[in-house]
Amino acid sequence: MSDPNSTFVPGPAAPADDLSETWWAAASGHRLTVETCSCGHRQHPPRGVCTACSSTASLAPGEVSGRATVDSYTVVHRAPRPDVDVPYVLARVRLAEGPVLLTRLVGGLDWTIGDAVSVAWADLGDGRALPYFIRSTEI
Amino acid sequence: MTGVAIVGAAECDLGVTGKSILGLQTQAVSRALADAGLSLADVDGIASTSVSRFSVTQLAEHFGIQPRWSDSTFAGGSVYEMFVARAAQAIEAGQATVVVITFASNQRSAASRKLGGVYEPWTPEAQFEEPYDPLFPLSYYAMAAQSYLHRHGATREQLAEVAIAARQWALLNPQAFRYGKGPLSVEDVVGATPISSPLTAADCCLVTDGGGAVVLTSLERARDLRRPPVRVLGYGERTTNNSFTGAEELTVTGAVGSAADAFARAGVGVEDVDVTQVYDSFTITPVLSVEALGFCGPGEALAMISDGRTRPGGSLPLNTSGGGLSYCHPGQYGVLLLVEAVRQLRGECGARQVPDAEIALAHGTGGILSTHATVVLGRDR
Ligand SMILES: [Zn+2]
Repeated sequence: MSDPNSTFVPGPAAPADDLSETWWAAASGHRLTVETCSCGHRQHPPRGVCTACSSTASLAPGEVSGRATVDSYTVVHRAPRPDVDVPYVLARVRLAEGPVLLTRLVGGLDWTIGDAVSVAWADLGDGRALPYFIRSTEI
Repeated sequence: MTGVAIVGAAECDLGVTGKSILGLQTQAVSRALADAGLSLADVDGIASTSVSRFSVTQLAEHFGIQPRWSDSTFAGGSVYEMFVARAAQAIEAGQATVVVITFASNQRSAASRKLGGVYEPWTPEAQFEEPYDPLFPLSYYAMAAQSYLHRHGATREQLAEVAIAARQWALLNPQAFRYGKGPLSVEDVVGATPISSPLTAADCCLVTDGGGAVVLTSLERARDLRRPPVRVLGYGERTTNNSFTGAEELTVTGAVGSAADAFARAGVGVEDVDVTQVYDSFTITPVLSVEALGFCGPGEALAMISDGRTRPGGSLPLNTSGGGLSYCHPGQYGVLLLVEAVRQLRGECGARQVPDAEIALAHGTGGILSTHATVVLGRDR
């Protein structure tokens, strides 16, 4: 590996459960969703109850655009486990549709809050995939 | 105002002790009770988190007490401020008469701290956050700092003042881990080992053994005991987020609400506070708290403290023990905020004493800006 932070190798992810299985099913096909209520509220992670209107019956996975902006980020210089390369960029991104995700930014170390980013996918070894974000090519 | 007072306060051994958790707990409780002039036989309430999953149960048996009231709410480092509220309520309701709030940790001696934190595999965070390798809790505070500096146009250099002021206080406290270690400069802080940008090693609290205990009883009984009572004037708390993404805005914390509740209950305002102890897990933490508590407006804290007013001799004496940054940070530091606040109000702080301190504020922050608890304390006039 030459450039710092040129790839994202995910750490272990806990298994899907009853609340998250539809999210992971979409993610396995590289489709990003957030739990969306008929009242208009969107939330992540999935909860099975809408925190805006309390509905348990009107929630469904809603596909989102994959466009986001950097809410905040940090360049991590010390590895929390032995088999992860540093430095890397951990970030909160705000999806165009509203919810905030924790993720990685890949593509160098030079980032600014507000930068436009778009989703990319890293395959886990078990058939699932996790979203990360790269600099958006759109202007 | 409440009719409850803190009547005893003590630290256990601090730093690198080589002792067990129960050994340190024994010191904390015994010393705090001795300070109060009370004995184990007087205690009918215990609050703690630090021993095991069954912390209070463990301590009750260890000390030979069958408490009529107990609390082991888990909320990270702020819970010791929450315990003061709950203990005051229990004493006023007649459920307990003498409560000991105690914490001790041997995390440095036991090398039990993990940089990545501990994720329970059944939580959403273990699916949606842990695979991205955040340093826990450090990276959250780093992102809050990044967001704060960006949003308010403040500088990395300005943030260093928090660590510099803490060190100045620690140089006056013989119990401080960094006592005798000399002052810090802006260059020392900014140029220290980068950990999670913009934070360096010098922005991060110590990892030490340590802890302490406080003893509470009714104000009426307190007036017959050996130490001047320190009244519990007010308290408030908020719980906001568990994950890295639960808070909409990183730089506005639940301390706004906890402080408002505490001041309203106390019947005093921020302008009445003579000495302030706030949780300083990282340099950004007290910046956010000082704003939330109302000492200045949002985005104004770094400019405000740049004149050195939080250092010894300044008009806003802050973290007079040296804080988690330079005195002691045993993992859940909140109990030591209380110990220092009590000592300042009793006038016991020697070289670091704030003259004529009558009102003290202790504010705890737990988790990743997750829990916030404010306690207002005052001399019995
Ligand atoms: Zn809804």
